[in-house]
Amino acid sequence: MAWLQLAILSPFLLAIFVPFLYKYVRQIHTGWFVLILPLVLFTYLVQFLPTVSRGESIQHTIEWIPSLGINFTAYVDGLGLLFGLLITGIGSLVVLYSIYYLSKEKEALNSFYVYLLMFMGAMLGVVLSDNLMVLYVFWELTSLASFLLIAYWYQREKSRYGAQKSMLITVFGGFAMFAGFILLFLMTGTYSIREIITQVATISTHELFIPAMLLILLGAFTKSAQFPFHIWLPDAMEAPTPVSAYLHSATMVKAGIYLVARLSPIFAGQAEWFWLVAGFGIVTLFWGSFSAVKQTDLKSILAFSTISQLGLIMCLLGLGSAAVHFGYDKETALYTTAVLAAVFHLINHATFKGALFMVVGIVDHETGTRDIRKLGGLMSLMPITFTLAIIGTFSMAGLPPFNGFLSKELFFTGVLNASQLNLFEMQTWGMLFPVLAWVASVFTFIYSMVLVFKTFTGKYQPEKLDKKPHEAPIGMLIPPIILASLVVIFGIFPNLLSYSLIEPAMASIIPSVLGPEQQFYVNIYHWHGLTTELYMTIGVIALGTILYLSLSKWSGIYNWFPKKLALNHFYDHGLISMERVANKITRFHMTGLIRDYLVYIFAFLIIVIGGGLFTLNAFTFDSSTTAPIGIYEVILALIMVVAAVAVPFAQSRITAILSVGIVGFMLAMFFVVFRAPDLALTQLIVETVSVALFLLCFYHLPKLKKEISPVPFRATNFMISLGVGLVMMLVAFSAIGNRLFTPISEYFLEASYTEAGGRNVVNVILVDFRGFDTMLEGLVLGIAALGVYSLIKLRLARREDLENQ
Amino acid sequence: MEILMSVVVGILFMVGTYLILTKSLLRIILGTGIISHGVHLLLLTMAGLKTGAPPLLGENAALYTDPLPQALILTAIVISFGVTGFFFVLAYRAYKELGTDDMDKLRGNDHE
Repeated sequence: MAWLQLAILSPFLLAIFVPFLYKYVRQIHTGWFVLILPLVLFTYLVQFLPTVSRGESIQHTIEWIPSLGINFTAYVDGLGLLFGLLITGIGSLVVLYSIYYLSKEKEALNSFYVYLLMFMGAMLGVVLSDNLMVLYVFWELTSLASFLLIAYWYQREKSRYGAQKSMLITVFGGFAMFAGFILLFLMTGTYSIREIITQVATISTHELFIPAMLLILLGAFTKSAQFPFHIWLPDAMEAPTPVSAYLHSATMVKAGIYLVARLSPIFAGQAEWFWLVAGFGIVTLFWGSFSAVKQTDLKSILAFSTISQLGLIMCLLGLGSAAVHFGYDKETALYTTAVLAAVFHLINHATFKGALFMVVGIVDHETGTRDIRKLGGLMSLMPITFTLAIIGTFSMAGLPPFNGFLSKELFFTGVLNASQLNLFEMQTWGMLFPVLAWVASVFTFIYSMVLVFKTFTGKYQPEKLDKKPHEAPIGMLIPPIILASLVVIFGIFPNLLSYSLIEPAMASIIPSVLGPEQQFYVNIYHWHGLTTELYMTIGVIALGTILYLSLSKWSGIYNWFPKKLALNHFYDHGLISMERVANKITRFHMTGLIRDYLVYIFAFLIIVIGGGLFTLNAFTFDSSTTAPIGIYEVILALIMVVAAVAVPFAQSRITAILSVGIVGFMLAMFFVVFRAPDLALTQLIVETVSVALFLLCFYHLPKLKKEISPVPFRATNFMISLGVGLVMMLVAFSAIGNRLFTPISEYFLEASYTEAGGRNVVNVILVDFRGFDTMLEGLVLGIAALGVYSLIKLRLARREDLENQ
Repeated sequence: MEILMSVVVGILFMVGTYLILTKSLLRIILGTGIISHGVHLLLLTMAGLKTGAPPLLGENAALYTDPLPQALILTAIVISFGVTGFFFVLAYRAYKELGTDDMDKLRGNDHE
């Protein structure tokens, strides 16, 4: 096994040992043991940087199910490495933070770290797999781990609700994605992303291409909380804060972004891809930032903020896909900016959102509440936390000198360039993108300010807080300090990562734009002159400040929005009515009455066999080969029919039993007429015994109220039985005329005496040629006899009654 | 002859089905009995009812009836007798224990 695969699987291996460490090394917080692994993985992945920045990639394959083309292929290129570093880097910080956040005594740390490691391994598997099926396996594992982590405090009802909701939505998307992957396989015959990319030219006109794209996008949108599937993310905030910071801001929600970026070389250049990715992205951006302003819970603000920022990245990836149309020249640089902005903002968002979640966790931990109506005036009590919050929120709002400013400027450049595209009907709709982006930025500014100033400035309200607030322990502050420093460092030296990470990542997303031996050249400036973007940013700050200061005057507009149109309402009622409808359907057809079920079965028989007979034109009527009708047979048939028909009309059970007996005896007579002496003997005996048994038992039965009654006539029953009778008759008619080949009985007649030494051919068949049937038939009779015996003798229920007395 | 027998089989099936769809447990068992009679007759009919000697080689006839379906029917008769017997005792026990043979009353609770 190559080191790379081992690195992906190592979190799972460590997870096996976590419960033992937790149980036997109680004095040390389990998190310390876990912390080592992401650090090691991070340093391991860092050493790939030189290779990847040269534009090369690393690939290792281990055969898993080679007959199905499913191999565990680890593949490291710019995009995979970027995500790998994010996962392990932020993973280390989150583990460190959780050591101080979760109490050693009160919390079930063993399950926490098992789930977290499971998630980390799964996420690494998603971003470092080249095989679509392996990617899907890891993808579902992230959903599962996220489900377990959200419901970590499973005794709380809201946690369980949030976990179920996220599970339903992400697994729904996961299945859609799975179907999309299979469609890709049908088109290309391979699960390897590398190989699929080489076949892009031939599959882009395939009829399954668009369905595959839609299904895969459904998976990406549900995972990355895009509108309208974003509703699970705010409810996932019931998870412990380290989980929210790790899964629901930095890593798992970016799995959808990763998927879109990873498959861009396949789908980019299609108008559908451009519009879906960019359109859903911009709507999510706007809706997320608009909804974030009305939240009163700090984590809910951050959840909607995450939704909105994910929409921003998604939108940029969509806009950037237009670059593929132009090939590499001076003009393309305009459109590749969008991809650059996406990658850059991806990194920036992971840093400042991670830091902000940790800050919110600290506030929650030290004050006992996350409600901004109860908080205020914490600035002097928690100065370090306040500083961190300022850095995080200002970066999120897009203010200089932090990294969020740079990515926001690049974002504006991207949307402005895109609005001038003369492609995909952007001439008519293009202006919507800058306008929506600008309005969304204003809202982003407002909620960022709400987040920091409502928490840390204003009136201090100690009477509303559960605890006496004070600064957090240093271990809890280190991770957000590291992230905030990164925010500042990337802000001041934005080109630090451009050569080593951003350029290779861009090359993975839009490889076709590059010619051979070419690389992207990225240079991010702080000051790029008095451009439109700068005026837009100034406008955002100006309008944002005004709106923030007058928030109490206009926040009433959120109440105008009808509750019935809220997406959560649709989700909740959708679930309830689905359950209700399913229940109704079940209750409607599962009545508990055996007669109804028999009606279904017989109706099915009539429809399938009768219908099949007519649709296949199989009904024939041919009497040329039949034997002549004799008078005996006619008389016997008449008696038999009369006796049978009399059974339903019989007034008493005795009559019915005797009538059935007559039918049986007539059958024996038929056997005589049709030259079957053994059958006639057996039938006579069996019928006699049966009738005797019937009569004997009913003689001993207690008299009940409706002992003597005819069967009431029911039209449906009659129609169905008429149908069954007719179908059987028609099948018999059709079979008579269609003898395909001569029977094999000639052999039995010839060989009976010579081979088996018997002259009674039927008996020879029963005990010699086909003796096996007879043996098992004897077994059936034995079992029936034993069953009858135990039914009569065994009285378990009554014995219990006696014991209870 | 086969046509006539097919009609008889059809009627047996019809009566049997009608009885199976009724409420009384006993009549349901009688219905299954009639249907198995129908099946046995159908088996015999489908093999062809050309008259020949019974399949006993001592007859020294030129033409015998087909022995294979007779063997099959013999097996079927015995099995259906076993099953009917068991069903019957089951019905008898249910009748004794539960005091009814009305199928509408023999159903589980809604909450089970």
